[in-house]
Amino acid sequence: MSNGQTTSRYTIERLQSIDRRIIFVFIAAAVIIPLLLGASLKEETTPIVRALFDYVDHLPEGSRVLLSFDYGPTTAPEIQPMVDAVLRQCIERKCKLYMMAVWATGHNLVGQTIEEILKSEYPQLQYGQDYVNLGYKAGSQGLIRLLVVDFKRMYSTDAAGTAIDSIPMMQNIGNLKNFDLIFSFGGGFPGIKEWILYAGDPGHIPIGGGCTAVSAPLLYPYYPSQLVGLMGGAKGAAEYENALIQAYPKFSNMPMAGMSLMMSQTVSHIVIMFFVVLGNVLYFIGRNRNASTKPGGEK
Amino acid sequence: MTTKRLTGHIVLGVVLLVCTLSIVVKGLLVTVGALLTLFIFSFLYKDNPYYKFAEHLFVGVSAAYWMCMGFWGTMVPNLFGKLYPPMVGSVIPALKDNPPEPFMVIPLFLGVLLLLRLSSKAGWISRWALAFIVGTTAGLNLVRYLRSDFIAQISSTMIPLYASGAAGFNLGETISNSVIFLGVMSGLIYFFFSKEHKGVFGTGARTGIIVLMVTFGASFGYTVMARISLLVGRMQFLFDDWLGLIR
Repeated sequence: MSNGQTTSRYTIERLQSIDRRIIFVFIAAAVIIPLLLGASLKEETTPIVRALFDYVDHLPEGSRVLLSFDYGPTTAPEIQPMVDAVLRQCIERKCKLYMMAVWATGHNLVGQTIEEILKSEYPQLQYGQDYVNLGYKAGSQGLIRLLVVDFKRMYSTDAAGTAIDSIPMMQNIGNLKNFDLIFSFGGGFPGIKEWILYAGDPGHIPIGGGCTAVSAPLLYPYYPSQLVGLMGGAKGAAEYENALIQAYPKFSNMPMAGMSLMMSQTVSHIVIMFFVVLGNVLYFIGRNRNASTKPGGEK
Repeated sequence: MTTKRLTGHIVLGVVLLVCTLSIVVKGLLVTVGALLTLFIFSFLYKDNPYYKFAEHLFVGVSAAYWMCMGFWGTMVPNLFGKLYPPMVGSVIPALKDNPPEPFMVIPLFLGVLLLLRLSSKAGWISRWALAFIVGTTAGLNLVRYLRSDFIAQISSTMIPLYASGAAGFNLGETISNSVIFLGVMSGLIYFFFSKEHKGVFGTGARTGIIVLMVTFGASFGYTVMARISLLVGRMQFLFDDWLGLIR
């Protein structure tokens, strides 16, 4: 065997047993560099996201939209951009916003969203007239089932302990059927699926959703008959933001969290694909070499 | 002093300096958040006590958070506040004048039964409450899953293979509907084991495998996207909220 062949075999073996921490460094660089450069990527809106955007955009003024924050800080980077975009669109459409959570961790995220979006960008909105924070209630699908029948049975107060009947925008709310659209943001249990099964289908209430990318393939089959539309992961958020900017140019100068995620996403996906291809190429080269050096397999 | 110890001291000194500066400039909470993030990331290098500390802290805080939210968000207003409203008057004044609901004794009783699980002698009684929960959940799920996940999904698959609208023949929708039909049928054939997978049936089963592989691939791709999103979120926190390096 020549020196060249030995060096080549040594290189292949080294590459095949590459330390996973080196790959981590490449992924970290692929994520960090686009972030530091402030690069963002515009995503063309796909039909499933467009359907959701158009549905909200055709809601008449004063429509009641229930937003359920069914996620936590761990998935907030993916979900929060969707929530922000939907909230901005709903406010532009002059909808009434009812915010609640079937996840305990969603409770604080409702408060955070109210501070960062509603109070800072739309200070003219009045609590109790334009939006309300109903907070978290335990019960998962049992809670949703009960809300279809009697909303105030579970929500006797808002998140701050104010009697529900003393809040003006809660006056005509008897059950979930009084809402024009229900949005569930999440991806775990309970989440969009439970809203479809226990509220949307039995109550004939339109359900829209924004979910983590992991759960998106499991929820796509519900569109279009049981879901108005769906935003899947960071890409779904970026698509919705793109639709929002196109429809409302006033947002074009505003930093969009979903779009800023997409450049890092794209670069890191290229890096991952490169390593997947490299790993497969090295595997086949190694296999062929082993086959050719086996007794009886010499060429 | 060995080189390894000296390096350790230098790293510790740099970390302490960065932390002190961070506390002064960004505040304590952001600094603690950043440090805990770095502790968790340190697992990527190798398992270590800092990672273990952050992991245990997360588990403990999460458990306590869910318990407190359940108690103050649900038990206080929806159980105690309905059973005897004056009891929660000091916490939620809006409820103190509501009429009491004596039937709320039943969920309270079932809740106490569940807690008997902590007793070695009376633990078996908790099964009654558990049986109620399992029975109710099974009943609720059976009906809803049958209607929404089974019948409604079959109905959604009954789509025309020749799609046409007001503008005439729609090629895109026809292809899309055909892919859905073939995907569902071949997937079902693959999981049908009462007939040997040979001939036309075998071709259908092999197509089913391809459809399943494509589905798994799409799911894996989405999973990668989800994990990268979480990484980007943490990096945004470190480089923007903490270090202020992102424009």
